[in-house]
Amino acid sequence: MIHLVKRPQPSRAWSYATPVLAVLMTMVAGGAMFAALGKDPVEVIRTIFWDPLFGEFAFYFRGQLLVKAAPLILIAVGLSLGFKAGIWNIGAEGQYILGAICGAAVGLAFYPMEARWLIFPLMIIAGALGGWAWAMIPAILKTRFNTNEILVSLLLVYVAEQLLAKMALGALRNPDGAGFPGSRNLSQYASASNPELIAGSGMHWGVVAALIAVIFGYVLFARHMWGFQIRLTGESPRAARFGGVKPTRLVIFCLGVSGALAGLAGLFEVAGPAGQISIDFNVGYGFTAIIVAFLGRLHPVGILLAGLLMALTYIGGEAAASNLGLPSAAIQAFQGMLLFFLLAVDVLTNYSLRFGKGEVA
Amino acid sequence: MDLSAINWAVLVASLMVAATPILLAALGELVVEKAGVLNLGVEGMMILGAICGFAVAVETGSPLVGFFGAAAGGALLALVFAVLTQVLLSNQVATGLALTLFGLGISALLGQGYVGIKPPKTEKLDFGPLSDLPVVGTILFNHDYMIYFSLALVAAVWWFLRYSRGGLILRAVGENHEAAHALGYKVVVIRFAAIAFGGACAGLGGAYLSLVRVPQWTEGMTAGAGWIALAIVVFASWRAFGVLLGAYLFGGVTVLQLNLQAAGVAVPVEYLSMSPYLITILVLVIMSADRSRAALGAPASLGRSFHASN
Amino acid sequence: MSDARAPLLKLKGLTKAYPGVIANSDVSFEIGAGEVHALLGENGAGKSTLVKMIYGLVRPDSGSMAFRGSRYEPATPHAARNAGVAMVFQHFSLFNALDVAENIALGMENPPKQRALAARITEVSEAYGLPLDPSRLVGDLSAGERQRVEIIRCLLQDPKLLIMDEPTSVLTPQEVEILFKTLRQLSAEGTAILYISHKLEEIRSLCDAATILRLGKVVGECDPKATTARDMAEMMVGQTLHVPSRETTKPGDVALKVNDLTLQSASPFGTSLKNVSFEVRKGEVFGIGGVAGNGQDELLAALSGEVETGAGAVQLKGQSVGHLGPNERRAEGLLAAPEERLGHAAAPDMNLTENAMLTGHVRENLTNRGFLNWRAAKGFAEKVIADFDVRTPGPGNAARSLSGGNLQKFVIGREILQRPDVLVVNQPTWGVDASAAADIRQALLDLAANGAAVICISQDLDELMEISDNFAALNEGRLSKPRPAAGLTVDEIGLMMGGAHDMEAAHVA
Repeated sequence: MIHLVKRPQPSRAWSYATPVLAVLMTMVAGGAMFAALGKDPVEVIRTIFWDPLFGEFAFYFRGQLLVKAAPLILIAVGLSLGFKAGIWNIGAEGQYILGAICGAAVGLAFYPMEARWLIFPLMIIAGALGGWAWAMIPAILKTRFNTNEILVSLLLVYVAEQLLAKMALGALRNPDGAGFPGSRNLSQYASASNPELIAGSGMHWGVVAALIAVIFGYVLFARHMWGFQIRLTGESPRAARFGGVKPTRLVIFCLGVSGALAGLAGLFEVAGPAGQISIDFNVGYGFTAIIVAFLGRLHPVGILLAGLLMALTYIGGEAAASNLGLPSAAIQAFQGMLLFFLLAVDVLTNYSLRFGKGEVA
Repeated sequence: MDLSAINWAVLVASLMVAATPILLAALGELVVEKAGVLNLGVEGMMILGAICGFAVAVETGSPLVGFFGAAAGGALLALVFAVLTQVLLSNQVATGLALTLFGLGISALLGQGYVGIKPPKTEKLDFGPLSDLPVVGTILFNHDYMIYFSLALVAAVWWFLRYSRGGLILRAVGENHEAAHALGYKVVVIRFAAIAFGGACAGLGGAYLSLVRVPQWTEGMTAGAGWIALAIVVFASWRAFGVLLGAYLFGGVTVLQLNLQAAGVAVPVEYLSMSPYLITILVLVIMSADRSRAALGAPASLGRSFHASN
Repeated sequence: MSDARAPLLKLKGLTKAYPGVIANSDVSFEIGAGEVHALLGENGAGKSTLVKMIYGLVRPDSGSMAFRGSRYEPATPHAARNAGVAMVFQHFSLFNALDVAENIALGMENPPKQRALAARITEVSEAYGLPLDPSRLVGDLSAGERQRVEIIRCLLQDPKLLIMDEPTSVLTPQEVEILFKTLRQLSAEGTAILYISHKLEEIRSLCDAATILRLGKVVGECDPKATTARDMAEMMVGQTLHVPSRETTKPGDVALKVNDLTLQSASPFGTSLKNVSFEVRKGEVFGIGGVAGNGQDELLAALSGEVETGAGAVQLKGQSVGHLGPNERRAEGLLAAPEERLGHAAAPDMNLTENAMLTGHVRENLTNRGFLNWRAAKGFAEKVIADFDVRTPGPGNAARSLSGGNLQKFVIGREILQRPDVLVVNQPTWGVDASAAADIRQALLDLAANGAAVICISQDLDELMEISDNFAALNEGRLSKPRPAAGLTVDEIGLMMGGAHDMEAAHVA
């Protein structure tokens, strides 16, 4: 029988190795799933993980990589703050939507005035504030009434989706759109657009923001008291309180930052790649970012890499869908599987496996 | 708008239908949490149950077999959670989220061939002339067997937790797993059983959505029902009849807002559609603000990992 | 009824090893029917592992046991209970949110129906002079009452052997007397008792035989009634211990004053503090005794700043600090070391440098405008390790990798090296081996000798009598009137701790 023995201290080597191991295990299990769907597993895996980077059309896909990775990284860095402290914001999808709505609303309010120096910065602020305000709802309910932030933040996603529908059909609808739902296209409104900064690179302001967030996260955790307090709270809430951490302030800070970053991600998306507020504007980045945060082991640099990998599965998944007829849901299941394997092998960081006769009971 | 157009007896009857998926899922989660485990994957298990039940019912032509398939599907996914959290000691919150994300993906994958199909009809129980009684007949004697099953399950769970030896042991494990272990109870085995039961219940709830309530299969059709079930367990202060009350209240809100939509109330549809979620949040706030009460019902070991170190 | 020739329980060559430690090595001894047998040893000597093997919680690697003449290999506690072995745990195996009857039913193999069980509980509790109301929630009971629940749970099974793990650590001296009376009654009825303790005087007054363990091995057996406490102590520790010494100093000005402190406990089964008042002077060691669960944790939290109180309720050097958090109080010179080492005084998975940062950053200047100076923190951790003889490969090791004694030395050392004006410690030597305990007590005395005020909250009365100048006891959240420690009798101390709790109160059918 195999049983677990707690290591005297967490293993550094395994904490690096587990994400890699999880990815490999997911490829094997995912390959089996693809085979069960009647596809050649090797070809599917190659289409997803290899072709977008090194294949014939890589020049196109590589740009897409940054476009998809930016919101994932931006949101995941924010989420990692809370996750490290045991504060579970799982409603980033809703904060992402609100950021997009608020940012777009500010941009559209100025239409057709041309003043990029004013409008675009205002939109960025509005986007961040929108996501922040939406995250403040669970934060304040948690600190004032001790309400579970997991449930509140998640339920607010559904509220945000209804709000999005209302905006796309109502207040923000394009008056020149012949009654079709959806707002004006911001990417065609120079003062409010979030364009590609280098043609074909996929680089836009959201990518820049994501990189800044990674650096910010790194400095916070490595060097700053707040980052230390966040880690401390996650390790041991009682020790944190003894160390002078004010739990209320920490909840507000973590939820606020993650909300603002998710809001920013929404704003950059609506002003750039998506272009407009529409009913189906959100595509689940807020949820996939949870996987990214864990896959990156809640470390900013890890999240950067994990975000790129997850973006790859999106792009590769789309390619596999169009070239090989792989159902798009298969990619979603694949991503979910990745999180399972990650959680499963994570045990190796804190425990070692022993083979031999087990204990009683 | 014309509120007199709403038939209140029919409203109560349809409230019961609307509440049953959540009632089943919440009841399962109640038992899981009483054993000290927080499984946030209810949504994932529900949606998997919805497609498993749907597919099995369509393939066999029998909704009853479909419900069994749904329970099996939900329980199977729950067992993945059990292995991860109880054997591999993964974080319960993260694993529950993983369950939901995976469940949504895999159910969409399984359900590809079933979009737009009508499932076999789940028959109503025949109570003869009782069903024709005015008001009472509509409310009490005009339902399918799952409604009565869910009510019986409420009573059974209540009795089990309150009076049976097994229930006492389950509560003990949830209250203090170290002490239960020291007395020789198999914490992990008991939790496995509870988690599987919770998964089966969530699966049944999901299948009730796809086979009776809607009835058809669409991707992501649970639309947060699993999360609301989690909220209702808190609302109920971890008591079986509290879960019944919470689920029926929620069912009432859902049905009422649908009726208001149909009656053409001057409130935009989107705002009515978000009302069940907002009301759930409101109720959560009210319940959690009273800390002493919430603390008494919540199992003390809830969400903590157990590892018998020696 | 007792038959001395055929032992009730016979252990032969029991050995159990864990990775890196041998918990028990070749342990053999015998217990006769009706015998009260002491198992004596320091923390970490292997007493717990040994009784877990007898109770079916741990399986020995080798060796054998015989119970009532036949082979005995309990695979589970259920098997042990069926064979007639019962156990009262040191950290109670009780469930706060369940009532007394439910708790008792959980420890029985075939409990009767609830109503019949309640009647049995009342009956047995009266027969042994241990009043208990079956319908009360266990979380609302005092520590002494909780122990009664455990004991009655055992007695309802008619055990042939009753194992008691450090039973008196949660009792007042008066309650200890009542417990001993019950145990003597049981022994007279033929029940053997395996009594685990490190309190020598108790063993001398109660036990018929003693087996002494050190580092997992049996190092001696004796008749405790014919052996001096000093001899037993030397067998147990393996060396002569030095008794902490102190120079008498004149107490100085009032360093800390607690003024009518009343505080609602945050946890549902916690104890609220009621009108606690005392003052401590520079150079004084103030001992606060009391049975666990009478407000010790709450008092420490109120003093450390983890819980804020009315500003004037806590005054440091004449200044109100009750409204300040832990770091502001540290800046003013009020430091603390909580009881729970892992998870309160230190974060288990963080390394010692990080744990040095935890409380040290204010007074040791380990931060600069919010940015952390890890190099300085490492230096501070290394200084604690060196000055307090903490055995660890280095400051990069996780707190949880240290033994209890070493981590406690680190925790106490971390606070002492920050030169506190007032230091509050809770259970400074709990679960710590004897030599580390002696070092820690000496360090506290030295700190006081250098002019700091020390408040020592402890459940170990011997420790408090050894180091305190003044003594008071917590009882249900109230603090008794402080009195000079010198000359206090055990009886007086016991009454300050509340005497025998609720002995009259609970005669309920």
